[in-house]
Amino acid sequence: MSDLGGAFDDEKMERTMGQLLRLGVLLAGTVVVAGGVMYLADHHGERVNYTKFTGHPITLRHPAELAGSTSIAVLDVGILLLVAVPIARVGFALAAFFAERDWLYTAVSALILAVLVWGMLRGG
Amino acid sequence: MPLPTFTFLVFAGSFLAGLLGALTGLGGGVVLIPLLTLGFHVDMRYAIGASLISVIATSSGAAAAYVREGYSSVRIGMFLEVATTIGAVVGAFLATRAPTRALAIIFGVVLLYSAWLSRSQQDHAVTAEPNPWSDRLRLSGTYPDGRGGRTAYVVDRIAAGWATMFGAGVLSGLLGIGSGAVKVLAMDKIMRIPFKVSTTTSNFMIGVTAAASAGIYLARGYVDPVLAGPVLLGVLAGSLLGAKALVRAPVPLLRTIFAFVIAVLGVEMVVNGWMGRL
Repeated sequence: MSDLGGAFDDEKMERTMGQLLRLGVLLAGTVVVAGGVMYLADHHGERVNYTKFTGHPITLRHPAELAGSTSIAVLDVGILLLVAVPIARVGFALAAFFAERDWLYTAVSALILAVLVWGMLRGG
Repeated sequence: MPLPTFTFLVFAGSFLAGLLGALTGLGGGVVLIPLLTLGFHVDMRYAIGASLISVIATSSGAAAAYVREGYSSVRIGMFLEVATTIGAVVGAFLATRAPTRALAIIFGVVLLYSAWLSRSQQDHAVTAEPNPWSDRLRLSGTYPDGRGGRTAYVVDRIAAGWATMFGAGVLSGLLGIGSGAVKVLAMDKIMRIPFKVSTTTSNFMIGVTAAASAGIYLARGYVDPVLAGPVLLGVLAGSLLGAKALVRAPVPLLRTIFAFVIAVLGVEMVVNGWMGRL
């Protein structure tokens, strides 16, 4: 199936993908822990109430908002990193199938990526 | 509740949910949302948002371990992800328009169905009639037979499986869950893919499916990071430990207990949704 003589086969691709995912989750998790500790340090005296839905505004519409760098923003970055992990996985698959010259699955990956990006940009 | 207490209790609860979810193969999301809504009186929308994020974390975090076993199929996964991601976007749009009590009732029904489904799980015979589209779409594959060799399999009833996967995607986007039970149903029961291949591939697909609705959830303000943070860390830690302990745990007993818990929570969600308390 591969024109590259097995230099890049499905198994290798899945293994690299698995490592990539784990690394991404580790990174996102670390950022969330850091943000969480910062938030707890700032707000430990407060009480929480999630019974009424008000909606959490996205603080990161613009990179400039990061400059303020509050603990909430750090938490938001961690969560966005986490959401980016599976998207990056699909991007990686797209490149790998392209390298394998598997056009059918290059198209499949591109379609999934398009749906993901559309969901991200279209928003509510 | 004071913030430190709340954060700790949510983390501990999510840890337990992730642990049980991994040990029983039913996923953490199914108990997480009842835990947050019934236990902590969190609004359904915040609970769904936090759950969706934790689903991405567990699916991605466990992927490396599953890949090493050599069961999962990247092609079957991606072929079906087209259906689940489109379904997830549709589901997320529906979620932003449906009243929360309707979501609670649907969620309760899904819980009851998962509980019922978890009672019967046996491997079926490998399909006899070869489906030409299995090869044409390059979905046929092999998996380790446990004796050093590999067993070949083909994929059947592709259109029906694809449609069911679309449904799994809608549920995932609507309720913020991985809907692994429905994904396994589509692959194992409908497409007659071997059970081990179905479950590991399903895990692989869950993160991508959830990511499709995450953008809509984020834009709608469903993901509050102060809640989602301890939830995702708890579920992730619990499910990673659960996957490690799987070999030594009394799985059949745990499954029975967990199925019972899920059924009770399902009834609670339906009742509370019906009374308009959620």
